Amino acid sequence: MTDAAPSVKSSRAGLFANGFDVGRLLLEGRAYFALIAIIVVFSALSPYYFTVNNFLTMASHVALFGILAVGMLLVILNGGIDLSVGSTLGLSGVIAGFLMQGVKLSLFGVVLYPAVWVVALLSCALGALIGLINGVLIARFKVPAFVATLGVMYMVRGVALLITNGLTYNNLGGRPELGNTGFDWLGFNRLFGVPIGVLVMIVIAIIGSLVLSRTPFGRWLYASGGNERAAELSGVPVKTVQLSVYMLSGICAAIAGLILSSQLTSAGPTAGTSYELTAIAAVVIGGAALTGGRGNIRGTMLGAFVIGFLSDGLVIIGISSYWQTVFTGAVIVLAVLLNAIQYRRQPKAPASSGGSATSPQKAG
Amino acid sequence: MSTTDTRGAVPGDAVLSARNIAKAYGNIHALKGVNFDVHRGKVTTLFGENGAGKSTLMKILSGVVQPTSGVIELDGDPVTFSSASDARDCGISIIHQELSLAPNLSVRDNIFMGRELRTASGIDFAEEASQARALMTELEEDIDPMTLVEDLRLGQQQIVEIARALSVDARILIMDEPTSALSATEVEVLFKVIRDLTGRGVSIVYISHHLEEALQITDYAVVLRDGAMTAKADRKDIDLEWIVRNMVGENYNLGTPPTGHEFGEVALSIEDVSVADVSGSGASVVDHLSLDVREGEIVCIYGLMGAGRTELLECIAGRVPKTGGRVFLKGEEISRLSIADRIKRGLALVPEDRQRDGLVQTMSVGENLSLASIGSFARRMFLSRGRERLMIDRSIRSVHIKTAGGGAAIGSLSGGNQQKVVIGKMLTTEPTVILLDEPSRGIDIGAKAEVFRLLAERAAKGLAVVFSTSEVAECLSIAHRIVVMHRGRISAQFGSGVTKEQIMAASGEAVIA
Repeated sequence: MTDAAPSVKSSRAGLFANGFDVGRLLLEGRAYFALIAIIVVFSALSPYYFTVNNFLTMASHVALFGILAVGMLLVILNGGIDLSVGSTLGLSGVIAGFLMQGVKLSLFGVVLYPAVWVVALLSCALGALIGLINGVLIARFKVPAFVATLGVMYMVRGVALLITNGLTYNNLGGRPELGNTGFDWLGFNRLFGVPIGVLVMIVIAIIGSLVLSRTPFGRWLYASGGNERAAELSGVPVKTVQLSVYMLSGICAAIAGLILSSQLTSAGPTAGTSYELTAIAAVVIGGAALTGGRGNIRGTMLGAFVIGFLSDGLVIIGISSYWQTVFTGAVIVLAVLLNAIQYRRQPKAPASSGGSATSPQKAG
Repeated sequence: MSTTDTRGAVPGDAVLSARNIAKAYGNIHALKGVNFDVHRGKVTTLFGENGAGKSTLMKILSGVVQPTSGVIELDGDPVTFSSASDARDCGISIIHQELSLAPNLSVRDNIFMGRELRTASGIDFAEEASQARALMTELEEDIDPMTLVEDLRLGQQQIVEIARALSVDARILIMDEPTSALSATEVEVLFKVIRDLTGRGVSIVYISHHLEEALQITDYAVVLRDGAMTAKADRKDIDLEWIVRNMVGENYNLGTPPTGHEFGEVALSIEDVSVADVSGSGASVVDHLSLDVREGEIVCIYGLMGAGRTELLECIAGRVPKTGGRVFLKGEEISRLSIADRIKRGLALVPEDRQRDGLVQTMSVGENLSLASIGSFARRMFLSRGRERLMIDRSIRSVHIKTAGGGAAIGSLSGGNQQKVVIGKMLTTEPTVILLDEPSRGIDIGAKAEVFRLLAERAAKGLAVVFSTSEVAECLSIAHRIVVMHRGRISAQFGSGVTKEQIMAASGEAVIA
């Protein structure tokens, strides 16, 4: 019957895609090729680029954006956007700094110095809380994600400035007699020669990847980002999913904030300004669709490395920071352009029958 | 308003003709070589069921869609329309079935959208407003041109749509279901306007599901069925029965009600349920409706567009809030439960619009199939891929989906197979009651018969099936009981021995004396 035709056709198209179409290969592996090209070009331009030490340094820069980008990917897969992560990153560092200075409990006349792990936990809880506010605004009150997180971005930044009065906490080292040393562990220590920040990113990426590909939650996320109405009618708890992704994004931002302030052993209220845009860029370069439902951790990681290795490379070969901005922007635009081409080609080719099958049903 | 000069032409001859027009969407043939004449200064009505190809033909004549093959002749000369504005330049204007107004703009702005009247200093708002007012007067509708379209009733919006089509100097006016949202008085006014227009030489193509209404106004009748023309005649030679006979055709076999099993307990019970109109007008689209469905029983809900079928089914499934009444599943009240909880308790809905509500286009066939039951594949936290694959393969086999495999893109399937994916997805939740909203929409007859056979099989095993349709022939297939809805209420209930005419009469579609 007529029904048999499309399956034959699509399997043939599938065969082609698996080996013969060079253009498609280049298109789908574009983030890989971009990363390889960046490494090759900068290695040729500078003898310092292609060294283990430099890669580790660059990787620890990437770690911050990488962690933010994992959270951002979850939100973007859901069809949303989270502009508040940069501010959350800043506030998380500030709260950590604030707690490290000791909390005066005037009622009891004592000063509490919480242990570092307590500080870290409280910062993450704060990140989750900010995410919860985003999520409630978006899922419950139907505020568009862009506006809700924009507002929260300003508020969180304001709170960070209020707490510090615009100043920076500098002594995050702690004191042995107070039992709160060890905050620099996140930013300075290495395990097997790899900076802790990079390991944290890798762990978060692996967890994220497992959640997305192997759990019901991951499937629900892809489904509600791809078609929320269909997902809801299939019994997917779309509201819970939406709330969760913003909370997870907030937690990722808080972790990145801890790593940054540990690397700097100081926490400033303006840390992380505009980092949310870099995270979005990483997700987009990684091939995710801003409309939701498409994207994965592997691509997002590649995107973060492309941005990080590119901007560090430009620093190493001594190009002015103004040009760096131009280059980074150009890469982002190019990535979005290629995304548009890929998603325009992909569904249309096999869907000639299915996609347009809606048209005749309106007929008559 | 003025009309193009038609002097020297004989009223009644063909002004616009479609010659052997065919249109295919992928492997779905919406039109198979249709010949169609628009008669000068007359009303030509196109009859046909949903999916017969009426709207496609009209979209081709108005340049919205290009035919796969065939020729369009205007005054005897072949023409090609590559866009709707091409056709408009030739004096062909269309009123679409779906309203195409910008709700955030005023009536005036909508009427002149895309062809604003200009002066040297910008848009001539005053002239636009006065022309809009004149059109409203002509249509006997008291609407201020500055009113926002979103503040109008649906029927009034329809009037604005008509006014927009009239504001172009059209000599051929295509009206696709112009009366579906109009009240009886508004229809009267519209008919007066139509007669007035034909009197001035404008040729009208008219499409309506309200057969009686269409018979009042038409001069010629053409019937389409499954993309082919089955009959045409002068008004004086035909009657309602002739139309119905040609529309529905021979009974293609869509199955018979499954027998040999006893109905079980009452599976679904609806008591006094009401649903408010989304527009907030306070009217009820479902009006104090009660219905019981037993295990193993197949109930068909028939009704015209706007009868409240979709709202009723979506309300039962938990998608649309109800304004009154109660819903029971196996004796347990489920009115307060979420959609997910209703699915867990055994109530599944296959929605009407599978592209919008049924499928996730970004996921594969298999992922779509397992979506509703994904929770049951989790072992501790993780999905069991092996069990999921087994379930997908079993599902593909049991609902006969023709696909390259679970990993195929959902868009690679034909409409019928996509529909089977949606049905298969909901069947894997092992429901007690399955609701299907127009399950045959946009799929070919072979797939239709297969879907019905599938439902009959499941019903024989005790599944309670409720499906809605707007095609009479489908009522007379597998349903044990046929419930006719009209304006939110049940207007009649029949057993499987009923005739098409009885069903259509109860739906308000046609009253055969």
